[in-house]
Amino acid sequence: MADFAFNVAAVQLNPRLGDVDANLALYEQRVGAARAAGANLIVFPELSLTGYFLKDMVSTVALRLDSLEVRKLKELSRGIGLVAGLIEETDDYRFYNSAVYFEDGEIKYIHRKVYLPTYGLFDEGRYVGRGNRVRAFDSQFGRAAMLVCEDMWHPSTVYITALDHALLVLCPSNSPLRGITDGQDHDNNARYWEMLNSMYAQTFSLFIVYANRVGFEDGVGFWGGSEIVGPSGERLAKAKYYEEDLIVASVNLKEARRQRVMSPLLRDEDIDLTLDELTRIRGRMASDAPAKSAPRDRCAADSERSKLRKRRTVVGRQPSKTRKARVSLSGATKRRGPKARRSR
Amino acid sequence: MRLSLPTNPPLLRRILTAFIANEVRKVGIERVVVGLSGGVDSAVSCMLAAEALGPHNVLAIKMPYKASSAESLQHADLVIERSRVEALCVEITPEVDAYFERFPDADNMRRGNKMARERMTILYDHSARWKGLVLGTSNKTELLLGYGTLHGDMASAINPIGDLYKTQVWALAELIGVPDPIIVKQPSADLWAGQTDEAELGFGYREVDSLLYLMVDKRYSRAELYAAGFPEAFVKRVVDMVRNSQFKRRLPVIAKISDRTIDRDFRYARDWGR
Repeated sequence: MADFAFNVAAVQLNPRLGDVDANLALYEQRVGAARAAGANLIVFPELSLTGYFLKDMVSTVALRLDSLEVRKLKELSRGIGLVAGLIEETDDYRFYNSAVYFEDGEIKYIHRKVYLPTYGLFDEGRYVGRGNRVRAFDSQFGRAAMLVCEDMWHPSTVYITALDHALLVLCPSNSPLRGITDGQDHDNNARYWEMLNSMYAQTFSLFIVYANRVGFEDGVGFWGGSEIVGPSGERLAKAKYYEEDLIVASVNLKEARRQRVMSPLLRDEDIDLTLDELTRIRGRMASDAPAKSAPRDRCAADSERSKLRKRRTVVGRQPSKTRKARVSLSGATKRRGPKARRSR
Repeated sequence: MRLSLPTNPPLLRRILTAFIANEVRKVGIERVVVGLSGGVDSAVSCMLAAEALGPHNVLAIKMPYKASSAESLQHADLVIERSRVEALCVEITPEVDAYFERFPDADNMRRGNKMARERMTILYDHSARWKGLVLGTSNKTELLLGYGTLHGDMASAINPIGDLYKTQVWALAELIGVPDPIIVKQPSADLWAGQTDEAELGFGYREVDSLLYLMVDKRYSRAELYAAGFPEAFVKRVVDMVRNSQFKRRLPVIAKISDRTIDRDFRYARDWGR
């Protein structure tokens, strides 16, 4: 694994909104071009099979994993690795914003977007379900992970995949241009993303393949600027802004080795500390929530005293963390999605 | 109180020409139609479109009324000359006067709105005749303040400058070669003699753009705006103008009866399937 090289491509295209057939044809074309340029692993942008502002079209463009279209993608992936962005439909009719990794004719891994932006111009949480998993997976290109767009704006996700031994983070993105500043040849959102990719690549000494789209939907433009960033934070390949493009870079995992020898940040990372502190913080959040059975006419002072008492037993280091204790704790506080937030 | 808004004309030019080309061609059309008033907003829209689609694919229509200033028409001609777009002149006097012969007591506001809507109908007729999308010319400042005619100058298929404050339109105009006299003159809707925007509004564009940028883009609270030095009365007036004109920026209010109502739970992009 120390000296293992392959070519990665990021395809920067302009999909048609709601037209899976047309976009599948684009995929075929671009895979051909990327292969001709020597690519072994090809990454397409988020939702590039469907377009982005789907709204009520989600259920009409959704693809089951046994569909004809997915079978075509499997065919396209013969002899290579391929990341496709689409709306996944489950057997029990749930819909997800998914990145699907195909390798040599088979589906190897699926990442369902966890963080669905639902603010400002975004409305994703209205239309699709949240993913509930962030993990690395094994591929013929080494241990990799996929994170979709907004997932990357939560450092926790990149942190988890790095600790899960990923050396390659593939980020299909569908990022809208917005915000201008004098003297820049790209918008502010593009600038923020570039900073993010470079920072993560360096901090976690891994490769990042960022594939973004271009074009417009209802006046919202997408900034392109796809890039492949190495473990020292330097750009190995950079696509144009606002125009279709295809970039290919040679990735050699020994660069990650070199970085990790120089800066063993991951080796020194204290995962127990992180877990302890997060557990403490989560416990405090739970105790701050109004008690369900508290009588309404309880006087304020009594209520305050009771809260303080609860806090004192939760804050302060928990007794020795046996694996069993941690598992049961994480089991008890299993993610409940939006409900958990309400109780804060 | 002057604050410099970010402008970045080269980036705006790049993005807005790409926008026009993309949003026109994806619906299977090659051209646009634009009402050219002689003002800076329509000049910028027109010239961006000429760059994006080629001047032969842009039809600029001048629609003077008998009371329109001669200067406006001259300025429109400067734009046509410089950009080499297709051009047409359709005077609106006969139809507007015929209507107001029946309602002679109409005030300036009603007459101005009628003219704006007459121009809209002409643009949409030529849109069908010539097969070009109607290109919008309303900027963000006037859209937020409600300083435009509903179903008049506010109507269009696509609007490249609808997210630019007037200040930013001026900066972009300089870069893309809008003739100088158009950039430096006092903005005016030219609906009656001597009308100017700033006299009608009671404040200058650069002033109100600084305020709107902080209020809208940066979400400053009232307290933060006062602390930034904007007079209370000015802030209150602008807040009222923005709130009271929200109806102009929405589709008509439809009474909900069914389980699936247009634009509420029947939601699709304009670019549906494009």
